[in-house]
Amino acid sequence: MMLSEFPLWPDQASTIAPSVDALMTFMCIVTGTVSVLIFIVIFYLAIKYRRTPENQLAQDYEPPKALEAVWIIIPFLIFMFMFVWGSWLYFRIQRVPDNALDIYATAKQWMWKFQHPGGQREINTLHVPVGRPIRITMASEDVIHSLYFPAFRVKCDVLPNRYKEMWFQATKTGRFHIFCAEYCGTLHSGMTGWVEVMEPADYQKWLAGGAEGSLASQGEKLFQKYACNTCHTNDATGRGPVLLGLYGTNVMLNNDTTVVADENYIRESILNPQAKIVKGFTGIMPTFQGQVSEDDLLKLVSYVHSLGTQKTAVVPVETPSSFKTSAGSPLNPGAGSSPQNKGKKP
Amino acid sequence: MSVVTNEHPAHEHHPFLQHHFEDLGQQHEASTLGMWMFLTTEILFFGGLLMAYWIYRIMYPDAWSLGAAQQHALYGGINTIVLIISSLTMALAVRNAQLGKRMATVRMLVATLVFGGTFLLVKSIEYTQHWREGLFPGVHFTWNETPALAPKVQLFMTFYWSLTGLHALHMVIGAGLLIWMIWRAWRGHFGPEYYSPVEVMGLYWHFVDIVWIFLFAFLYLIPAAGGHHG
Amino acid sequence: MSSLTSNDARFVEPEGARNYITHDYGALSWLLTKDHKRIAILYLISITALFMLGGFFAVVMRIELLTPEGDLLTSDTYNKFFTLHGIVMIFFFLIPSIPAVLGNFLLPLMLGAKDLAFPKINLLSWYLYIIAAVMGLYIIITGGVDTGWTFYTPFSTQYSNTHVFGVTFAAFIVGFSSILTGLNFLVTIHRMRAPGLTWFRLPLFVWAMYATSIVQLLATPVLAITLVMLMFERVVHVGIFDPALGGDPLLFQHMFWFYSHPAVYIMILPAMGVASEVVAAFTRKKIFGYSFVAYSSLAIAFLGFLVWAHHMFVAGISVYSAMIFSFLSYFVAVPSAIKVFNWTATLYRGSVALLTPMLYILGFIGLFTIGGVTGLFLAAIGLDVHVTDTYFVVAHFHYIMVGGAVMAYMAGLHYWWPKITGRMYPEWWARLAALLIFAGFNLTFFPQFILGYLGMPRRYHAYAPEFQVLNVMSTAGASVLAVGYALPLCYLIWSLWYGRPAGPNPWGAVGLEWTTSSPPPMENFHETPVVTWDAYDYPAMLKAMGETQNV
Repeated sequence: MMLSEFPLWPDQASTIAPSVDALMTFMCIVTGTVSVLIFIVIFYLAIKYRRTPENQLAQDYEPPKALEAVWIIIPFLIFMFMFVWGSWLYFRIQRVPDNALDIYATAKQWMWKFQHPGGQREINTLHVPVGRPIRITMASEDVIHSLYFPAFRVKCDVLPNRYKEMWFQATKTGRFHIFCAEYCGTLHSGMTGWVEVMEPADYQKWLAGGAEGSLASQGEKLFQKYACNTCHTNDATGRGPVLLGLYGTNVMLNNDTTVVADENYIRESILNPQAKIVKGFTGIMPTFQGQVSEDDLLKLVSYVHSLGTQKTAVVPVETPSSFKTSAGSPLNPGAGSSPQNKGKKP
Repeated sequence: MSVVTNEHPAHEHHPFLQHHFEDLGQQHEASTLGMWMFLTTEILFFGGLLMAYWIYRIMYPDAWSLGAAQQHALYGGINTIVLIISSLTMALAVRNAQLGKRMATVRMLVATLVFGGTFLLVKSIEYTQHWREGLFPGVHFTWNETPALAPKVQLFMTFYWSLTGLHALHMVIGAGLLIWMIWRAWRGHFGPEYYSPVEVMGLYWHFVDIVWIFLFAFLYLIPAAGGHHG
Repeated sequence: MSSLTSNDARFVEPEGARNYITHDYGALSWLLTKDHKRIAILYLISITALFMLGGFFAVVMRIELLTPEGDLLTSDTYNKFFTLHGIVMIFFFLIPSIPAVLGNFLLPLMLGAKDLAFPKINLLSWYLYIIAAVMGLYIIITGGVDTGWTFYTPFSTQYSNTHVFGVTFAAFIVGFSSILTGLNFLVTIHRMRAPGLTWFRLPLFVWAMYATSIVQLLATPVLAITLVMLMFERVVHVGIFDPALGGDPLLFQHMFWFYSHPAVYIMILPAMGVASEVVAAFTRKKIFGYSFVAYSSLAIAFLGFLVWAHHMFVAGISVYSAMIFSFLSYFVAVPSAIKVFNWTATLYRGSVALLTPMLYILGFIGLFTIGGVTGLFLAAIGLDVHVTDTYFVVAHFHYIMVGGAVMAYMAGLHYWWPKITGRMYPEWWARLAALLIFAGFNLTFFPQFILGYLGMPRRYHAYAPEFQVLNVMSTAGASVLAVGYALPLCYLIWSLWYGRPAGPNPWGAVGLEWTTSSPPPMENFHETPVVTWDAYDYPAMLKAMGETQNV
């Protein structure tokens, strides 16, 4: 009874979890062995050479200096092994598989809002199918939060005004914790929830439960509501760039640099159109800063994303070897998403 | 263990030798080294702000050009020249103190103070103009030229005010120290044996001048927008 | 024990001589003193008071965490308590602890100098500290602050309704206290060494203080300017860290950690210095690999500046910069490992006296080792994604800060207590306290490693019920720890009146501080010492004593 309430190892419920646990086990064994050895040596020496009436002064003896080299080089090699293993794992955690199912999340003090591509929305609960990679694209409405799934061993800070993405693939069904891991104010410890991992069939049934139309279709309605479609037409006659087939391509800007049209670029172009102007266009688009909520932004981005999978109508300029900037700040060239995912072709 | 008795008590009774130093040489080395270390701290202090400045300059090159265009390069240029001359007079003051020329030291220190005052006067004229033009960041900030860039120009002006404000604060402190030095020089405290306060003051003054030269370049002399910013 | 304790004529105080304590009487003679030893005492009293305040917050938090529900405090109060615990313990206790108390007292003594290079600035440092502490206390009484000691934006600049401005201003001021102390120490070490005391004859404590001071001098101004920007942003709201206005909240984190990671070394480097002194004195042996230990302090100070972003692996830095910072973080672990191995090797064929300071330092080596190796877990970026911002991190840095810095501070306080006060503390009580602190500490913080791996996030006022057992263990440990810390407070004060007179060198240790009387005279040494031996050179010391005291 007691033991069931007293776990010593967390649930292992994602494809990443066994790898993280393997590294953890390795680290525990190596560092545990070394630490215990040090303790034993200290104990042994402290007792063996304890001060007695006969042993008032240390013996005139210096251990060989070569020892220094030994305990510089060997730990360093072990450290490098840990570094390589940790980095390899980090790349796995950051690299989103191509066939991932998209889910959008908004964090605000103090709740998690999730939206599914089919338009289903939920708060502090997330339903996902087992055995399928899930990509979560997320932003915060206020302070910095951090979306944390201990059972999946993944966590990612959620920033205001910028999209970040994380992914996981659940390996068993059940109910697992969602925590906010970055301190975010009064009810930080209440900003928790549950992820419900379901069999794909159950997930489909759940999805059928309640939807107000898919995210992209809701985005399409907003696209018309905000009159975006008057300039961004589907042929090259509009005053704004054509958005059909845009997503994921390289866009040539008026300062002759290119940028990848990812979520962050689309978001920035809605909120702050002057920041990056496409070559051949003038900066006449008004800003939507403060007029579109985070939820609606996600819908619009999702709509533009969906246009990207359709037939490419216009030619976004491809400059394969040119210097690429990203929508992130210079501090965050990757803006939280994986480099592998950035360059993918439409 | 052995001990030495001080065999050269000649300097021991110099009025400005503090009791915990062995001799004036040690005292001089300690105070100059102390000032150098303080200046190292100062470099990091301004450096943090300048790093933030550069990050945003790279992010928003257009706003930075616009912001710099609001500065009066003439005022900035005059101030740069004034400060460079004041560095010269400061250096001459140190030299005269080392040579034990009392009145020449006082004259050079007064000249430095006058140039420093000129700098602050010109700066306050600039500040007044900026204030009237609504270029102080915050609720009264007004920018109608390119509304989309307004927050970023405001960001530039924030760096302008904080960098020049911190610098001006250093100038005011420097002026206070100068007045003290003038008084001490007038009283004839300095001579070939003891001049470290003037030299340390000089180190500080030159540092503040150098900071200004960087600020002048960073805040007044940004090329106009439209260039190829990466 | 007493065989090396010298009765040499030079060590015996002249009849009726006054020491630094009896030199003058009256409150003003203390409050306006320029003597480094008296300033050290002022710091000792003030940081002890602040340590008790910080400890109070910790104890209440641990009691709150006995149950999963947040039933003792409201969440706002809890948030304020962990914030204040962090701010008080880091800025007002750990950073000044060893440098400002032991360093202030010992540096001139170890160098054979009469005082620090700038005695007035030294006093100014203490006043800055006190002004900041009074501001902090005022803020605590009038409502506190709830941002966490890390002041992350945009929470601190826009969303918190507490006294963020006042607290950051207090931290800004106490930062200058720290800078001026570091500056004073650096100049003193460069310019005030006794004749014959070359760099490689310096005690390792001096090397550690030197490295610490460099970090204080170079890192703290960056925190100062960052806090200025934060205060400006909070008052004027121009968007320096607000993404809606073009700022970047992550810039704050980069700048904050550019100070606050090196600040960890401000706290641990002096502890390493104390460890070297105590290990040498209680093995009566030169520290093995003296120059390696000395250089490793400088290496830590230097590398410490290059690893700040390892606090931000999930915050939004690119994969490649994460890799670079992970790599550099492993680098900084090497010099720490060097020190641990060298201290251990010093025990070999030594004359190991397991007296209280040595017990603390052996505990320090053990706990610092655990703290250090768990740092390796956090530097492995793939693993860090899971454990960062959980109790694993809380446990890791408490092992370094409490298990490392505080244990070493206690060791140093006991080791030099006879020198500072002229009295011996009661040995058996002190050993009991050392064991209680060691046991209580492990019981408090080891379960938190497990909690962290299970996924319990830090700064949680209420938590999931399956975490309760480990939390109860942790709270139980905290109460043992509290008793452990209360004991020295009692018996050390007791010893001021009833302790056995110590004599100049109760441990039979070498080092210039042990060649003057206890407590030292106002001018430290009756005559300027000339150093002709290497640090920890026990045979040379014996020779200098005329070999009359041989075993």
